[in-house]
Amino acid sequence: MATILAVDDSASLRQMVVFTLKEAGYDVMEAADGAAGLEAAKSKAADLVISDINMPNMDGITLVRELRGLPDYKFTPILLLTTESSDEKKQEGKAAGATGWLVKPFDPEKLMSTIKRVLG
Amino acid sequence: MTIDISQFVQAFLDESFEGLDLMEVELLREQALDSEQVNAIFRAAHSIKGSAGTFGFAAVSEFTHGAETLLDEVRDGKREMTAEIRGLMLEAVDRIREMLLAARAGGAHHAAGGPATAARIETMLASAHGCPDDKSQPAQRTAVATEPAAPIPTDASTDAPDTRPWEIVFVPEPALLRSGNDPMRIFSWLGELGDLTVECVTRTLPPLGALAPEDCQLQWRLALPGTVDEAAIREAFEWVEDQCSLTLGRVGDAAAAQPDEVPATAPAHTPAPQSAGTAERPVGSNGAPVERRADAASIRVATEKVDTLVNMVGELVITQAMINTIGHSADELDARAVDHLRQGLALLERNTRELQEAVLSVRMLPINFVFSRFPRVVRDLSTQLGKRVNLKIIGEDTELDKGLIEKLVDPLTHLVRNAIDHGIESPERRRAAGKPETGTLVLRAGHEGGNILIEITDDGAGLNRERILEKARSQGMPVPEQPSDRDIWQLIFAPGFSTAETVTDVSGRGVGMDVVRRNIEAVNGRLDIDSKPGEGTRLTVRLPLTLAILDGMSVRVGEEVYILPLTAILESLKPTPDQLHSVSGRGRVVRLRGDYIPLVPLHHVFNVPATYERPEDGIVVVVESSEDRAALFVDELIAQHQVVIKSLETNYRKVPGVSGATIMGDGRVAMILDVDSLTRLQDTVH
Amino acid sequence: MSNVGKIRQEEQVTAEKRELLTFRLGEEEYGIDILKVQEIRRYESVTRIANAPDFVKGVINMRGTIVPILDLRIKFRFADVTYDDFTVVVILNVDERVIGIVVDAVSDVIALAPEDVRDAPEFGAQLDTDYLEGLASMDERMLIIVDIEALVRAPELGLIDAESAA
Repeated sequence: MATILAVDDSASLRQMVVFTLKEAGYDVMEAADGAAGLEAAKSKAADLVISDINMPNMDGITLVRELRGLPDYKFTPILLLTTESSDEKKQEGKAAGATGWLVKPFDPEKLMSTIKRVLG
Repeated sequence: MTIDISQFVQAFLDESFEGLDLMEVELLREQALDSEQVNAIFRAAHSIKGSAGTFGFAAVSEFTHGAETLLDEVRDGKREMTAEIRGLMLEAVDRIREMLLAARAGGAHHAAGGPATAARIETMLASAHGCPDDKSQPAQRTAVATEPAAPIPTDASTDAPDTRPWEIVFVPEPALLRSGNDPMRIFSWLGELGDLTVECVTRTLPPLGALAPEDCQLQWRLALPGTVDEAAIREAFEWVEDQCSLTLGRVGDAAAAQPDEVPATAPAHTPAPQSAGTAERPVGSNGAPVERRADAASIRVATEKVDTLVNMVGELVITQAMINTIGHSADELDARAVDHLRQGLALLERNTRELQEAVLSVRMLPINFVFSRFPRVVRDLSTQLGKRVNLKIIGEDTELDKGLIEKLVDPLTHLVRNAIDHGIESPERRRAAGKPETGTLVLRAGHEGGNILIEITDDGAGLNRERILEKARSQGMPVPEQPSDRDIWQLIFAPGFSTAETVTDVSGRGVGMDVVRRNIEAVNGRLDIDSKPGEGTRLTVRLPLTLAILDGMSVRVGEEVYILPLTAILESLKPTPDQLHSVSGRGRVVRLRGDYIPLVPLHHVFNVPATYERPEDGIVVVVESSEDRAALFVDELIAQHQVVIKSLETNYRKVPGVSGATIMGDGRVAMILDVDSLTRLQDTVH
Repeated sequence: MSNVGKIRQEEQVTAEKRELLTFRLGEEEYGIDILKVQEIRRYESVTRIANAPDFVKGVINMRGTIVPILDLRIKFRFADVTYDDFTVVVILNVDERVIGIVVDAVSDVIALAPEDVRDAPEFGAQLDTDYLEGLASMDERMLIIVDIEALVRAPELGLIDAESAA
């Protein structure tokens, strides 16, 4: 089964994402900020990364840029969690190399349909 | 798959309360905020907004949006973090906290002052930017739809639905793959919408030698049935629209051949989530008890603490196995085996002790959980009273049992308010007294022996001996002749005592120092006062490290064994007959280095038979209570123990002179003595 | 069909009957609701509670819980109060409190139908009628049924702090 890395500084959202993905049978790694996410990504190649944008230590946009610089993550789907009002962030994320986004608020069903879109 | 998201609500509330606390701490900083601090405040608001919507608290999400927008503008340098904005953001923090508390209590997540605060934020947002038509409609800004919707069909009102098949020309940029997107996945997504045909256009492929494997150099022509929704098709290309040329049209349309006319996706507007309902019970920002901090239900524990626990249990298992092996290895234990066994037991003892400490440390939290509220209290109160107070906090990382922390909030708040209300003088008075106009209040926490020490020190006027004496006499309280300072400070702990010249709404709340002291004693703590006229007052709270464990000395009286808390013991001695005196009306006293300490024979107070009737035959333990010292007369001291405190009140009732019970090594119950109430009990026995 | 009817009938009977634990205090037989009984233990030495009334013998450690032990024989002034091999402690769970009462001997568990119980007269038992539910005949003897909840809550026993009882 595919491995997914979930990066979010909000413990509750991370819990929900991790729980939902595990229920769906994915292997899940988690990290509480961009820097920790980058470390996790280096320790084991994930098949998909889902990351929040606003985080301490390293934000999601920087994380995407860093990940795209790693040979293992050149083509890996990376989804950013954005809020509805941040069209600007979507474009900034894309420019950094993100694959797409998942708009907050979202529920487990929406999360799963978005995941299916990139993992098939 | 259905996932019940309510299971994550507790975590959401916990982290949101933490976020609010953090916002408050940063906003209350005296200095100008640097960009990282502003960022942290923004992130907390942003995170609450994002999660609140997800976990079903739309009203919280909507309310927080305004604060977030304002903070975002500050973060981007579009605005200054003025005192006004700080105040407004503090107000918003209060409202959000009220909403979340109401939500946690199972009510509607609604705050009484919410709309007023929201309106102030909106006004602020509109103020500098001068685009009122945008800013005056908060509901709309929060309600920008999450999916890009179809452009409005130009001919929808007149014609029947167009069902001509769709024709799509998709020309990706070479770099498309490097954003993690894959045309094949887009096609399979489209395939789920309807019967898809895909035709690959290979004529644009460069010669093999020029082929870059990481580039996407193909183009596609796709067809879908005309019944498929245009918005759904656009959604499939949503993530790549900036990385391709996309032509979407119906067969026979001119548009299909003209990429220029592909409309850009536009955000649509949907109604804002409505939170209101007239039956909702608002939580009070004024008057109704508003609980401030996340509490009891759960503890967040540092990972290293848990790791330590895991390691210790590992050690324990190893030791246990070692002892097991010795036990089974020989039919009869020879000297060497006994030696091993003893070593094993010593190790087991150490492991057990370490494990116990580690487990207890899980319950420990930094006292900052209480202290962090005080900048706000000090700010609000000093403004209200027209005083200038500089608050210094020292030792906020000192760790305390979680149960203790919860029980400290009220007494400490009371003491801090008292210090500002009664202690620190007005700027005019301070100037007249030759002091700096700004008073200083120091909150300090630290360890002292096995205790936690919390000091609240002000450089105010100090306690007024004469006023306290006068007041005590006028209230008919017994006042000793030629009272020492210590005697006088004790008077303010008498029920109903108050010296405030005017009853302000700060201290005139019906809670006296007696209640504060009782609350502190209820957790085996002690409250002491030290004060100098004109220089200030220091209140010292001494607390045990944890609520569950106590270092004690076992003492025997007749057949009974009692535990005396080590923290109360000053010294023990075998008195000589000439050290013992009778004082009329006060019973017997022990003379110790010039001091006379009242003798409290434990068998007398507890009405149990003792081995020795004369103190010179037994032993006297000098103990310190909040009020005074006492010489506790017992038959003998047995040993020092660490005991687990059990409540007597679970199945019985409070027993005077006893704070609880414990179970000794032999399985018997022993009572734990409460020195404070023992000395008071002695007075009633006389 | 008939089977179902029969089972239902039996259920009804057991629903109405209640089981009582009977024990002896002095010369009298008492019964208490067995659902309130947690366990029965031998009388063991207790740790005294300072300045407690004399019928509060003290507390024992029951697997880490501190349990007060009451001797109702003292409270209700029975002639001889002895502690011997038959003396047992009935551990009760009443109102979420665990307490033990000392009795001279535990006799039996019996099932009583409501019609077997008569109202207690104003006299005839050492216990105050306030704490009695009624009387029942058992063979030749009289069984006094105790309302154990009323007894535990009784202010004269002082088991519960005045404030927490309020």
